[in-house]
Amino acid sequence: MNTQALLERASFIELDARHRARALLDAGSMRELIDPFARLTSPWLVQQGVVTQSDDGVVVAKGKIDGQAAVVLAIEGAFQGGSLGEVGGAKIAGALELAAEDNRRGVPTRALILFETGGVRLQEANLGLAAIAEIHSAIVDLRRYQPVIGIIAGTVGCFGGMSIAAALCSTLIVTQDARLGLNGPAVIEQEAGISEYDSRDRPFIWSLTGGEQRFASKLVDAYVEDDAEIIRATAIDFLRRGLPAINRSERCAEFLACLAAVDAGVQATPGAIRAVYQKGL
Amino acid sequence: MVGVVGSGDLEVLLEPNLAGATTIAVTTSVDGYTRTWEAVLRRVFTAAALPAARIEINDFGATPGVVRMRIEQALEASAAADGQ
Repeated sequence: MNTQALLERASFIELDARHRARALLDAGSMRELIDPFARLTSPWLVQQGVVTQSDDGVVVAKGKIDGQAAVVLAIEGAFQGGSLGEVGGAKIAGALELAAEDNRRGVPTRALILFETGGVRLQEANLGLAAIAEIHSAIVDLRRYQPVIGIIAGTVGCFGGMSIAAALCSTLIVTQDARLGLNGPAVIEQEAGISEYDSRDRPFIWSLTGGEQRFASKLVDAYVEDDAEIIRATAIDFLRRGLPAINRSERCAEFLACLAAVDAGVQATPGAIRAVYQKGL
Repeated sequence: MVGVVGSGDLEVLLEPNLAGATTIAVTTSVDGYTRTWEAVLRRVFTAAALPAARIEINDFGATPGVVRMRIEQALEASAAADGQ
């Protein structure tokens, strides 16, 4: 990208969750549900001396995209690492369930989820995990009617139980700054040792879990520039295509067959991982 | 007139106050900075004639400069919301 193009583009990553939702929806159509002034905050953080945020780090935005009803669920990565607790999780699950209900009542409603999350909020442990399980089943329910578009822009990335939620989406869009993985780098380093996986080695981490690698490994559907217009246009393009013939998560047998062919005795490299998936899928 | 800004280090909620006075509630994760808060807030709210507001601040360890900037952003956001 040349300097002029860089100056002219509107970065998506630099926006907070609320402004990301606004950038995706048709101009002037956004209406926030359970907004900060509803003050639905985490009852568990207070008890542990952690300051709450008035939206619990999740923005639920109703509006239109491409002229059709949509709900955007944007996780704020800057609040507690985008972790999902009881309230934030319930906001996402509830909104997805209502969108499915709308579809059953003849109002076609799509959902877009902005993943910027390390997964469950450890301070809310089981309640966060339960909420994430509800999000999983709500996505699977809703994606029967309308596409559920997942977007991982960065820079937090998408890990833990929410990486499963991302994998359940009809379509997944990432940027170069995105990362997608079941376990976050720090967790893997802690378990496997720094010689195996150095979480501070950024080029290494991105080469294995970054957006470009995940796209090349067929784990996501689009790899785009960090540009609000391009991300919106890409989402609209996928919405216009309608439901995918088969969801990625329904192809798990094919993915497992790819993994079964891997020789675990050989150190994995980014190139080898791409080859494994490109050959088998 | 409502405005909200958040950035991970500080969240400001701003609503109209009918009493003709401005009230500010601060929740912070950092102890022992009462005087700093008083100084920062006094500076912001005595610098210009501002509309009566009810302000809530959730602080996750922001610096005084950031506090001031976010409050001004919230005032700007609420002014923009009025304009729409």
